Order: sequence, then structure tokens, then C-alpha cells
Amino acid sequence: MKPAPFDYVRPASVAEACRVLAEAGGGATVLAGGQTLMPLLNLRMSQPFILVDLGGIAELRGVSEVAGGIRVGAMTRQAEALADATLARRLPALVTALGHVGHHQTRNRGTVGGSIALGEPAAEMPATAIALGATLEIISTRGTRHVAAADFYLGPYMTVLEPDELLTAVVYPDWAAGHLVLFREVAQRPGDFALVGMVGALVLEDGKVARAGLAWFGMGPTPIRMRRAEEALLGAALADLDVEAVAGLAVAESAPFDDHHASAEYRRTVGRRIFARGLREVLDLREAA
Amino acid sequence: MSEHAIAWTVNGHRRHDRVEARTSLADHLRLEAGCTGVHLGCEHGVCGACTVLVDGRAVRACLMLAVQADGADVTTVEGLAAPDGTFHPAQEAMREAHGLQCGFCTPGVLMTFAALTAGEEPADEATMIAAMSGHVCRCTGYQGIRRAARALAEGRYGGGAERISEDGATGPAAGKGQAA
Repeated sequence: MKPAPFDYVRPASVAEACRVLAEAGGGATVLAGGQTLMPLLNLRMSQPFILVDLGGIAELRGVSEVAGGIRVGAMTRQAEALADATLARRLPALVTALGHVGHHQTRNRGTVGGSIALGEPAAEMPATAIALGATLEIISTRGTRHVAAADFYLGPYMTVLEPDELLTAVVYPDWAAGHLVLFREVAQRPGDFALVGMVGALVLEDGKVARAGLAWFGMGPTPIRMRRAEEALLGAALADLDVEAVAGLAVAESAPFDDHHASAEYRRTVGRRIFARGLREVLDLREAA
Repeated sequence: MSEHAIAWTVNGHRRHDRVEARTSLADHLRLEAGCTGVHLGCEHGVCGACTVLVDGRAVRACLMLAVQADGADVTTVEGLAAPDGTFHPAQEAMREAHGLQCGFCTPGVLMTFAALTAGEEPADEATMIAAMSGHVCRCTGYQGIRRAARALAEGRYGGGAERISEDGATGPAAGKGQAA
């Protein structure tokens, strides 16, 4: 239960961190909050030659309002984001999801960007970034690129990040004031990874759904955007919304698996229920008799 | 394998150490700083027994490298009670509520309670109970720990702010009597 030996560097800037990553040629691993990486190191499932600690880079921390959205620096601690007044007002879905990430003690170290870059399929932060339509800012010595969160994940813990690239910020687009938050998670204990989870936001205008962003977590090899359910909701009048049909569309887009905690069938059944209940609750609709 | 010099504070005492990059904060506290109250249960962030305060926040000492503590102010369970042995409110509440049996998880539980009572007002009961999801206790069934959380949230033992003063030194500050 002790890590294999490695060299440790603590760059003071993004530019320096990128240089280290480029020179390491794939032998370096980035340390953000360490709340998942440290167990992987302790279990020797991860054995980097160089550990690049981002903890000394001030420019990677903090929440700021930018044109068209809110920028969260990748190294912003989950506890800091959870207590941030701007996020509470502008992105309540993100704050709700943050409250379910790990435990009080791990949120004090864990970061928003670290969770997103890691790509655990049952984690809250990746799915929330997808549901809200976030854009990820990625920097290397080769330049800066922006990737939609929905295009970032390739598989469990696999992303489009190249070994020399650093996730530096998450930019969440504006959502209209008063938008509705959908969040449901079923886990064995508080703080555990979700067996089944969903997160999303809805904007209503004149009794119709004007904007929808929804994603599953724990329901497949990556977090999954519910594109067909979003399309079915867009423009739909609440009065004649068929919640069960939309829940069916949402579950049809998931790709859950069997593991020793739950079967795929369990996940589909629970997913359909929490989707339908969550949607009814947030839209204040009664269950059909 | 790199080695690093760190300058930090442990329970109010300035320290200068050399650490191997891969050494965890928990191992360094136990093996070099003599803080064996930092209990190691799982060493992968699940059990919560190794919880310590880093700059006033409750964190897992097994999920942090010692080298990352450079410049930090660290408090372990050894730093909670006053030099004369007077319990910290978290310790008093846990004793009164029978919040422990074997005591293995207790240092971690105490540090989370200490963090949540360090402000001007203690955290509310719901916050403290929710934070207890980060601690595994195999003896008590948690009911005593819940009673301790309730007592602390109600301020029955006073706040903890006076006990961990700003300069990192522990012990009751003169003239700020603890409510018993």
C-alpha cells in the first residue's frame, strides 16, 4: 500500500507545467486534488516516473464570470466551488452535484477539473459538465484548444487529453435565471460512486420546455448525454408531456453494465424511475393514476 | 526518486523535514513527527481514520503527500487537547456521548468535528452528520457519534475556535474561558 518511487515537481505556472509534460514524453502523471490518484498510487495501479503537482499554480484556481458563462479554474477545490456565491446563484445544478462528490473531507482536496479530467463514468462532475453544455479549455506547448464536454470522453478513465495536455478550465454556459435543476443519485452509501445517477437543467418559457440539458452517470462506460430525451422535451407543452415515454427514450440511450454492485437491468429499471420521478417533481406534474 | 525539503507546522511546532516524494502525509506524521494518533485503516481514502487538519480543513492524510504539506499548518489529534490535558470540545462531546468503543476511528472523527466547530458558530447538525459519511466506525453503530454531533452543533461544549489559535499553537487562549 505504498506508491512506487517517482520524481515530484511542483511547477508555478501553466507554461512550466506544460513544458514538464512535453519533456516527459508520456511518463508524467498530473496531480490535481489527488483524491483518486493517491489511492491508485498507493495500490500501484498507477506508477508514473514523474508526478506533476498543479497545487502551486494560482492561475488554475477560482471562479469567474466571463462573456456568456462562468469559468471554473481546473484546480478550484470542490469545497470552494460548493461554497461559491456566483455558482450558487448562476449554476445551482453544479452546486447540487458538488454536494454529492465524495465526502466533506475529500472535497477539501478534490478539484473540479481533476474529477472531469479523470473521467470516472459514475462520477458527478463529468456528467454535470456534459448536461450543462460546458466547454473544456486544454493547453499544451502546442497551443490551446477547446473541447465540448460531450466530446471529451472515450471510455472509462479515457479522454481525448493527450499525455502532454493539461485541462486548465471548465467554462459553463449561462443558463437563464430560474432554470430548473434535475438531480437524482442512487448510491449504496452517501459519498459512494453512483449506481445510477442523472443530472440536468431545464428552462421553461410559456409552459413549454425551451432548453434542456441532461446526462446520465453510472449508466455506461462514460457519462452519457440524453440527446433524444432532450429533443423530445424541447418545445413540448407541459400539459401533455408523456413523462414515461421520455424516460424510456432516456434509458434507451444509456449503456449500463453488470458489476458486483448492481446488474444492468437494475440500473435501467432504477434509471427509468428516477428520471420519471425527477422530471415530474421538477415540473410539478402528478403521476398518472 | 526525488527528495524534498519541507518547512511546516505540526501541532503548533515549526518543523523542517526532508521527505521522499512518495511518502504520504500520514506516514510522515506517524513515522517522523511522532503523531501516531493518525490512524491508518485503508490507505485509500475510504475509512477516514487518518483525517487531520491542513490549514484548518479536515483532509485525508493518506491521500496527500508529505511534500504537499510544505508551508502548511497541520493539526493532528495530539494537538487537540490543551497542554494541561483539558479536552477539546469535540473530545468532551465524544466522551460524554459514548461516541467510541475501540477508538480506532476516533482521531479522524475528532478532527472532522474540530474543523466543523472551529468557526465563530459551529456547523449545524445536518452538516456534521453528513460529514460523518467520511468516517467508518465498526463499533458504535454511529448513534453515540450522532449524539456528539448534535451536542457540538448546539454549542453545548462551546466552540473550538479558541482552542486552535491563529498562530497554530493549541490550547485555550487566555481570557477566553471554555463553556463547560
